[in-house]
Amino acid sequence: MVKPVLLVTRRLPPAVEARASAMFDARLNPEDAPRSGADILRLAQGADAVLCCPAEKLDGATIGALPATVKVLGTFSVGFDHIDIGACRVRNLPVVNTPDVLSVATAECCMLLILAAARRAGEGERMVRAGGWAGWAPTQLLGTQVSGRQLGIFGMGRIGRELARMARAFGMAVHYRDVARLPPEMEAGAIWHDDDASFLAASEVLSLNAPGGAATRNWLDAARIAQLPRGAVVVNAARGSLIDDAALIAALRSGQVGFAGLDVYAGEPALNPDYLTLENVVLLPHLGSATVETRNAMGHLALDGIEAVLAGRAPANLVR
Amino acid sequence: MKPRLIVSRQMPAPVAERIRAEFDCPWPEGRDMTPDEVLHQVTTTQAEALLLTSHLKFDAGLIGRLPAHLRIAATCSVGFEHIDVAAARARALPVTNTPDVLTDCTADLTMLLILAACRRAHEYDAIMRAGWRRGYGLGEMLGLRVSGKRLGIVGLGRIGQAVARRARGFGMTVLYSNPRRLPAEIEQGATFFADLREMLPHCDILSLHARGGPTTAGLMNAETFALLPKGAVFVNASRGGLVDEEALIAALTSGHLFAAGLDVFHNEPAFDRRLAELPNTFLIPHMGSATIETRTAMGMRALDNIAAVLSGRPPIDPLWN
Repeated sequence: MVKPVLLVTRRLPPAVEARASAMFDARLNPEDAPRSGADILRLAQGADAVLCCPAEKLDGATIGALPATVKVLGTFSVGFDHIDIGACRVRNLPVVNTPDVLSVATAECCMLLILAAARRAGEGERMVRAGGWAGWAPTQLLGTQVSGRQLGIFGMGRIGRELARMARAFGMAVHYRDVARLPPEMEAGAIWHDDDASFLAASEVLSLNAPGGAATRNWLDAARIAQLPRGAVVVNAARGSLIDDAALIAALRSGQVGFAGLDVYAGEPALNPDYLTLENVVLLPHLGSATVETRNAMGHLALDGIEAVLAGRAPANLVR
Repeated sequence: MKPRLIVSRQMPAPVAERIRAEFDCPWPEGRDMTPDEVLHQVTTTQAEALLLTSHLKFDAGLIGRLPAHLRIAATCSVGFEHIDVAAARARALPVTNTPDVLTDCTADLTMLLILAACRRAHEYDAIMRAGWRRGYGLGEMLGLRVSGKRLGIVGLGRIGQAVARRARGFGMTVLYSNPRRLPAEIEQGATFFADLREMLPHCDILSLHARGGPTTAGLMNAETFALLPKGAVFVNASRGGLVDEEALIAALTSGHLFAAGLDVFHNEPAFDRRLAELPNTFLIPHMGSATIETRTAMGMRALDNIAAVLSGRPPIDPLWN
């Protein structure tokens, strides 16, 4: 039997490419060259399915011009801001994504940012590696304790709830802010706040876990930062757009925010260069879901969805 | 009249404040003193108490020369490798340490080492500080997930137990090796191994929490590292002497170990620079107890010990009885 043809726009983890090649006549991208819309249209000739990545912008024109043979579009991501879903609907093209499987890795990244920022690990690491360690001293690089503190989670979705579970093992009291209160079994003892003021006042450690978009743009601004307890720890592994960078940088300089840990940035891979001048920030290059296990799970989930559509079944991960 | 105290090294501000309030002390915030300076200060001020830290080698030579008016020496640390306890006992000088108060802080830092080593935090930080110019491919720069992994803990004492508690929040399976098996309420489901060698092949991540000293020196060496599964992660926030660093460097270079997170080293601060040339290490300068809260609590605990002895009560945390 002839295998269906799958165009894979970027290089994927080896285990995922191996499975893609076994299941499909896979057109891979071993050089991991970036693909434009025109590249994708050219390479998709005769393909039954396309597996794309967030780096490619699949706008209405590209979707409309896809060859008629393409019956399903997969994206190697949970978000689909890069795909014109309306155009897919018009063209009757099902889209599958990779929900759920990134939650644990991203929550781990939040916990890493919290610990590394509060304990000044970035400073310590750079000092040791640069050969600047003169010896132990009782007041050297004193950070602030994480266990037993109050953690405020802005956006208590899947990732927020995974983070809450980890934080409870550190004896942290979990507070959260969301549009609606969760049922008790999802809250697991976390305290809901229906206004920003009480939430911010409780957040000795603040983790942003809300979606991006217009509704949350610059949510953490100067006015809200002023309502945090002095010396608070702020981390963001969600979306760069949630933070007013100038306001956070000013607060990191004044001490209103003691430490910050960031994995995402407005305008990435560029970031506000002032962050690089601060010692009290820990910076990661948007690798919140970058574990072998998670990336494999994402790839397998996308392939499962594509396989299901091509076989005429309903995929579990269909974007609606 | 307030009791006279000498402080051999800088203390956090709240500790200095209490010293000022309760003691007669020439430098309540402390300053780095050599053993000779300590002896001189204690003698000339007629001090009754000495607050020291691990930087001061409190050996038989110094202890033997201390004047009789000194009634207690309290170290602001949980470790006491720098103290000759036998010499202190021979001189009938009470010496105390500060256990318990740094348990949570050190366990937090151990989880930080595990996460940072698994998630390649050193390499990621270096990318950012170099000005991050491109996004990474979906199979590129991948770390290891921590959740659900098997964590081996060598030494399930106070800190080891606190690490196990945190690890369970990540759904980790906890294994431990210890001189003796612990009761079920302490084990909390952790699997006991009487022999470290039997445990190592089952550990995705290994964390050391054993005491230092001659019986555990070089516990992790070429032979024991080889018993870990390929791709394992190793962290140490206890004592550098537990590790044969030559063997560790070899295991990190060959890829047998995926990464290591180290807070302690064989020689501190003059650690083996080859560790800093490896990309798959996360290295921090002995910061296990380095929070304002904990260092303050340690200083307060040392002062509690001093206050107890000077008021005729037994020390709270004696190093000899």
